[in-house]
Amino acid sequence: MIEFQDLYKAFDGNPVLQGLSLKVRDGETVIIIGYSGSGKSVALKHIVGLLHPDAGDVIVDGHAVSTLDRDGLTALRQGIGYVFQFAALFDSMTVSENLALGLRRRGLGDDEIEERIREALALVDLSGTGDRMPAELSGGMRKRVGIARAIALRPRYILYDEPTTGLDPVTSAVIDRLMVRTREHLGVSGVVVTHDMRSAYTVGDRIAMLYEGRIRQVGSVAEIQETEDPVVRQFIEGRPE
Amino acid sequence: MIDAIGRRSISAIEALGRFGHFLMDMVRGLRDVGIWARLVVGQMRRIGVDSLPVALFIAAFTGVVLALQASYTFTGAVPLYFVGTLVGKTMMLELGPVLTGLALAGRVGASMAAELGTMKVTEQVDALETLAYDPQSYLVVPRVLAATIMFPVIVAFAIAVGIVTGWLTSLGLLDLSTPDFIKGLKLFYVFKDVWFGLLKSASFGLTIALVGCIVGLGTRGGAEGVGRSTTRTVVFSAILILVLDAFWAVVLL
Repeated sequence: MIEFQDLYKAFDGNPVLQGLSLKVRDGETVIIIGYSGSGKSVALKHIVGLLHPDAGDVIVDGHAVSTLDRDGLTALRQGIGYVFQFAALFDSMTVSENLALGLRRRGLGDDEIEERIREALALVDLSGTGDRMPAELSGGMRKRVGIARAIALRPRYILYDEPTTGLDPVTSAVIDRLMVRTREHLGVSGVVVTHDMRSAYTVGDRIAMLYEGRIRQVGSVAEIQETEDPVVRQFIEGRPE
Repeated sequence: MIDAIGRRSISAIEALGRFGHFLMDMVRGLRDVGIWARLVVGQMRRIGVDSLPVALFIAAFTGVVLALQASYTFTGAVPLYFVGTLVGKTMMLELGPVLTGLALAGRVGASMAAELGTMKVTEQVDALETLAYDPQSYLVVPRVLAATIMFPVIVAFAIAVGIVTGWLTSLGLLDLSTPDFIKGLKLFYVFKDVWFGLLKSASFGLTIALVGCIVGLGTRGGAEGVGRSTTRTVVFSAILILVLDAFWAVVLL
């Protein structure tokens, strides 16, 4: 289980998270929605210790992330896959090498690494692209490679940072289907940060809206769709006022 | 005024603190031998072999100029075989290490800052961390070790080439015989001349790589930030090379 406990974070004196609390139960996918710059990605980065909180903490499987030492963080990260907004593929490596890097860190042998790469690329419908460089791929393909890199690790949790931002509607739907398929095939818990409501309704078990640094409302897809909270309503309907 | 001085002092102390923290993290990164060991050789090739042409080019012309300037200065007053002494001593003690260091601050330091800076702003460094790699072990340690090991090797070649071109210039343009050039070269030679130059160049390699890594990994703000980091690395490295050069001269000569 992942639990945000009263998390505070500010940058150069500007508060971003102001008491964020949220639980992600095992096996479920929670979508965090919110305006651009509301701190969604910042919250996600606290889960893997990429950022250190000013106050509060994130508890992952009973471990307070901010208190973990170097070895503890390494162990935590080995159980989590992270899909970055712009894929963050290593541009000096081929697709296969991108996938192999995390697997090698987990001490797997060459045969198993090759098998996992083949499986992961097949799951994202990119079989046969292993020898290509990231620069030769389209934006959608790069995102799918990013997902494959996370899936190949067979993590307990996958964190998605804006997985459909900047993609056309069809490619977005492909990514959504991929996230659902990943959950069904691998049974992993997921946290998805997005402001794409179609994606949120398709992929999420529960949706939480981050507003002014804390969770404004959290509920099932149906509950959010039916909400009477004016702020949440305005956001999900995309009304300017 | 006092406010500005205070702000600058605080900022300098913070920078010093970040540098100390970075060094501690790097020392911790040395523990992951399995990660950095297989990357060091690749970095040694990139830093060493790929930098050799530019270093040798500079050394070759430095040797020519040194021989001609020595002859011009000595005319009528000092025996011409002292050209060998001046070329040898100057290449080993000063111009070999310093000119190579300054040239490689541009080539190696700028390249490290640009590469790591781009990785930083495109979240590749974060991606590395989420894959359970310590960026210090994976990115910094191999570069710093490779630069520290390879700079003396490059400088040794540069010194040799500078002396050879100085000798060829003496033969062709100064009517100095080979035995006379060698006589001058051996005059006042002590082994310290060699290790002093090589020790200095190892310290330059260490400094350039550290500056490139620290500035590169501290990059913010997209392509403009990468450009800023690259320039900053070259300027800081050049200043530090000159300061270190004076430091070693005071301490060891």
